[in-house]
Amino acid sequence: MSLVDPALSKNADAVFQDVPVKSRPVVWGLGLAAAAAWIAAAAVIELWPETIPQPYGRELAVISLVIALALILVAVTGRLLGAIATTVRYYGAWAIAAALGLVIWEVVTAKTGLLPVPFFSSPQSILEVFLDDWIRLGTSVSYSVVLLAKGYFFGALTGFIIGVTIGWSQAASYWVHPVLRIIGPLPATAWLPLAFFIFPTSGSASVFLIALATAFPVTILTWSGIASVNRDYYDIARTLGAKPAFLILKVAIPAALPHVFVGLFMGLGTSFAVLVVAEMLGVKAGLGWYLQWAQGWAAYNNMYAALLVMALMCSTLITVLFRVRDWTLSWQKGLVRW
Amino acid sequence: MVAIELNTGARPAAGQRIDISSLSHQFELEGDPLPVLNDVDFSIEPGSFVALLGPSGCGKSTLLRLLAGLDHPTQGELRVDGLPVGNPDPSRILVFQDPTLFPWRTVWDNVALGLEAQGILRKSRSRVDEAIRLVGLGGFDKAYPHQLSGGMAQRVALARALVNDPRLLLLDEPLGKLDSLTRLTMQTELVNLWQRARLTAVLVTHDVEEAVFLAQRVVIFGPRPARIIADLTVDLPYPRHRGDSRLTELRREALSHLGLASTW
Ligand SMILES: Nc1ncnc2c1ncn2[C@@H]1O[C@H](COP(=O)(O)OP(=O)(O)OP(=O)(O)O)[C@@H](O)[C@H]1O
Ligand SMILES: [Mg+2]
Repeated sequence: MSLVDPALSKNADAVFQDVPVKSRPVVWGLGLAAAAAWIAAAAVIELWPETIPQPYGRELAVISLVIALALILVAVTGRLLGAIATTVRYYGAWAIAAALGLVIWEVVTAKTGLLPVPFFSSPQSILEVFLDDWIRLGTSVSYSVVLLAKGYFFGALTGFIIGVTIGWSQAASYWVHPVLRIIGPLPATAWLPLAFFIFPTSGSASVFLIALATAFPVTILTWSGIASVNRDYYDIARTLGAKPAFLILKVAIPAALPHVFVGLFMGLGTSFAVLVVAEMLGVKAGLGWYLQWAQGWAAYNNMYAALLVMALMCSTLITVLFRVRDWTLSWQKGLVRW
Repeated sequence: MVAIELNTGARPAAGQRIDISSLSHQFELEGDPLPVLNDVDFSIEPGSFVALLGPSGCGKSTLLRLLAGLDHPTQGELRVDGLPVGNPDPSRILVFQDPTLFPWRTVWDNVALGLEAQGILRKSRSRVDEAIRLVGLGGFDKAYPHQLSGGMAQRVALARALVNDPRLLLLDEPLGKLDSLTRLTMQTELVNLWQRARLTAVLVTHDVEEAVFLAQRVVIFGPRPARIIADLTVDLPYPRHRGDSRLTELRREALSHLGLASTW
């Protein structure tokens, strides 16, 4: 056994390097334990009879075995697998917890029926949705992503431009600020009935609503970012011969970017909420619609599956935005990491 | 010693002439006027090196900002080469008390700022490299400001000014944050630079020794609102020697004007 628990060591290389070469663990003990846990999960799923027979129990057991095999592979190959092995080792303890969680979930639903059936889904019934309905789910995801991307892009762009304008120009601020103060805090969803009435298609109305929800936080944060730029930056640039365009593009905007990204994160969060509502009530496509459709058929399994997919989608989008920020603001102290 | 010639091209050789006549300036502080400069009158010969001394808060930085054209005086006139000072111009460059580098730009991009702002960077990239080497930061081109020490940052700020070939260099305690060793080296560098570029240099400093060692003339201001209370000529050729007895004499004289004679 290694003295350095991979799960506790944040620094990937430390897992290998802190241990002297001779006593370096060839076999990753925690990984083998995790593999054993997943094999046990597979056995429970396969061998314990279900109270209500469900399809895809066999498939779930096979997936668990595959996970176990992958863990064994990582455990015995040392650092041969490189970065993948490092990540897997870091999450070793989580792998055990996940196997345990799966077994508990399986037992209280499919095996004993402790949780009432239509409202609580067993793991294999959610797997069933993924295997049988993946086309509709996939299409829904792509609709959602496209709709969100359009709305978010226009909203972020508009918010950024308005924010820079009112941060820079006193006159613009004089006129825009009161409007912003009154209209801005209104939840974008409040516009929903009106938007679907005014816009020619429910698609364009949804894009508008998402853009509106995104634009407000981006505007406010961009504005405050521009307004809080150290005045000395302008003075220095001016003595060096900078013209107003240079001051805006090369001084004010880069200096305000950390604030702008805070606005972009807040905007992304609110845009998710509006996306789901708009899909449920308007466009009749995408994950929000899928959820509602599933509700109409009392298809709880599909609802859980859709929620899972939606969580993955949102978290992926947030991660992407984080990456963009880290890359853009790599000059910031303490931010440099990849 | 760095032996790089920053000004290779042929150009009118000489710094700018400065004429300040009955200059007064005041700020507003919570509704009350705060007089900072009071009837200041003096001229600076083209190509000379003048140090300004005075108690903290008397208005030295304010005077430099007025000369740079960043602020406009409430009364009186500032002329550079006979023309009234209007807006900031890259021929007159102010090096601030704080280095205030742009944190999102690398050392190289910070130094290139002026040339980029004037739209002449493409033709003069080598000048940026030269300026960086001149302040002894070769190899740090790609570093970000947060990766530099305080003294290095101040040297980048100096390079950022020098790369523009200023005719008037306004220095606001540019060496204040350096350690004493780097400070001595940079003092010698400043003199070399000034002699080579034949620009007019105006240096604000708290350090009396630095003032008399570097400058040809030391102008001493009284407490706010600042008036000129003494104007000393340092009649020593360069290179100077720190141990020179004449410097010691001048230093004592300057300190007595600042009301610190008893500490000598
Ligand atoms: N923008 C401003 N608004 C109001 N008052 C100001 C402003 N800038 C400077 N002052 C005041 O003007 C006075 C002179 O300031 P200045 O920065 O010129 O002093 P200084 O001689 O450079 O001092 P130090 O040697 O400490 O740097 C100070 O009392 C300061 O409070
Ligand atoms: Mg000052």
